Amino acid sequence: MTDTHIDREALRVLRDVMEEGYPELLDTFLTDSESRLVDLRKAVDAKVLSEVAHSFKGSASNMGAVRLAALCQELESEAKNKSPAEIVKLVAQISGEFAEVRPVYESEKHPAHTH
Amino acid sequence: MQAQEPLTILIAEDSAADRLLLSTIVRRQGHNVLTAANGAEAVDLFRRQQPDLVLMDAMMPVMDGFEAARQIKALAGETLVPIIFLTSLTESEALARCLEAGGDDFLAKPYNQVILAAKIKAMDRLRRLQATVLQQRDLIAKHHDYLLNEQRVAKAVFDKVAHSGCLSAPNIRYLQSPYALFNGDLLLAAYTPAGDMHVLLGDFTGHGLPAAVGAMPLAEVFYGMTAKGYGLAETLREMNAKLKRILPVDMFCCATLLCLSFQRRSVEVWNGGMPDGYLHRIVTGERVPLAARHLPLGVLSAQAFDDRTEVHPMAAGDRVFLLSDGVIDTSDASDQLFGVERLQQVFAANREPDRLFEDIEQALRDFRGEARDDVSMVEVSLLEPAQVKPSAPVYSDSGQSCPLDWSVSFEFRGATLKRFNPLPYLLQLLLEVHGLRAQSGALYSVLAELYSNALEHGVLGLDSSLKRDAAGFARYYQQRNDRLEALQDGFVRVHLQVQPQGEGGRLVIRVEDSGKGFDVARVMERPLDGIRLSGRGVSLVRQLGHNASWSDEGRSACVEFSWEVEA
Repeated sequence: MTDTHIDREALRVLRDVMEEGYPELLDTFLTDSESRLVDLRKAVDAKVLSEVAHSFKGSASNMGAVRLAALCQELESEAKNKSPAEIVKLVAQISGEFAEVRPVYESEKHPAHTH
Repeated sequence: MQAQEPLTILIAEDSAADRLLLSTIVRRQGHNVLTAANGAEAVDLFRRQQPDLVLMDAMMPVMDGFEAARQIKALAGETLVPIIFLTSLTESEALARCLEAGGDDFLAKPYNQVILAAKIKAMDRLRRLQATVLQQRDLIAKHHDYLLNEQRVAKAVFDKVAHSGCLSAPNIRYLQSPYALFNGDLLLAAYTPAGDMHVLLGDFTGHGLPAAVGAMPLAEVFYGMTAKGYGLAETLREMNAKLKRILPVDMFCCATLLCLSFQRRSVEVWNGGMPDGYLHRIVTGERVPLAARHLPLGVLSAQAFDDRTEVHPMAAGDRVFLLSDGVIDTSDASDQLFGVERLQQVFAANREPDRLFEDIEQALRDFRGEARDDVSMVEVSLLEPAQVKPSAPVYSDSGQSCPLDWSVSFEFRGATLKRFNPLPYLLQLLLEVHGLRAQSGALYSVLAELYSNALEHGVLGLDSSLKRDAAGFARYYQQRNDRLEALQDGFVRVHLQVQPQGEGGRLVIRVEDSGKGFDVARVMERPLDGIRLSGRGVSLVRQLGHNASWSDEGRSACVEFSWEVEA
């Protein structure tokens, strides 16, 4: 796992801010993201795609998932220009990226992983 | 960071993770947090809990942030509830929509807690500023209403007091701006028991209510003392002493006080600090200035106060014109004053004496272009004695203790005659007798006439024939002042005797003096002409009282008043 996926400094700040609420935040983010991925896969309308991508981008950026946020940004702004095939490909990329970073957030939940 | 009062902050955000993160940050900064997952929930929460500030996501399901912001701003009304939009919006058009919807600021994702804290603090400052402005605006509006109401009440009360006099008498014309009182201008007029008329035009220093408050006590003294028969000198002394006592040092009252005597056909004037008044002699067209010879009322101590007056003869048709400094101190656009010279030009150009006020007003308008609220003018002329309608004094006693069988004698000697006017006391004593009250005017006129005859012609030896022309008139009063000043000996005795008589009663007044007397037979031969420029007032006394007689070579006068049933 390299820092092109996750902003480790952002995670450190989140841990500081949330204190004992940190694991709950991580869980909420993961649950929320799963439901957003479901929404993205279901969506056919470009406007809906763009809106879901916008929200997903927002929470991803707050959580330091920089590449996930960038992919969502691309979907948000390009949804209306891309072909269905391109969109399916982009949604798959977003899905893959989430699968990539998910273990990091899972492991962050355990106090042993603090410095 | 400076300690900040905790605010209640509403967070409207559909993303659960962002909502949790933001609430935690805001709570850790010491505020209370309310959360909503969409715009509709946010509006509902706002309605129920009135948070101080809103953090609002733009894109939300059910109701978006723009619509929620509009509704919240409408609900908040004049209160400033800052709305900070939470957004990763990058398009400038979307950012503009946030502002149009009533957003006050933006916060971009990812959240930075330092920036967030700074923004909350800045918005809180704005919110408090707006609250203070509203509070002060309301306070000012309240004070303003309060002040207006006070002025209305004060004006209503004062109008009652001011109009208890005789400003409506046919010989008085006046012009006063409606709120002149609140510029300190005051105009009063009242009859004396003898049927003379006292007129006061006053001008208190300052403006507004402070300038008006002194008017009440001044009017009270003016009416009270005039009704009781006090002359100008005593009334002036009392007014001066009262104002000196109650007003702060920098407040005083410029005033001109007149006593118009319709019997004597004269006007007595005291002017303290007012602009020159004018006695306009209709026959010659001459305007005799009535200049200020004294400091205003309320300045000098009783010891230093000068109550000396001037007396001028008046003919039928002559007018006395008084004005406040609002007239001559009116300034034009370049701060030039209207001044006395322009006023005199108006006098000179005036063709119809009855239109003098209108001419002056027109000249002021031409000069300045707008009217001032502190212009007071009054013009008085003589009344025919038959037109005089002194108001009946109001008595508050029941009449049970009315004294009906008594006599009393006074002897007023030199030093007392100089400065003391016994007439009001004598009149008050006599008016304890209810039967005499209906004739109080005649009684006072006769008493006043007999007393002034005894003093001026008897004790002071003044020649009444002096008063036949205007120059002699002035000389007469000059001599009166001089001789009174130098007076050592002499006396005036007043004997009053009240006896029951049938159902009513009888009063005998005898007035004696230490003078040389006069040729009674010769004076009694004259017809009862009622007009008294000279002639010792004999005909007045004979007309108003019964059985008037003179004895001891004119040194002793006697007159009777009787009444049938007790009033």
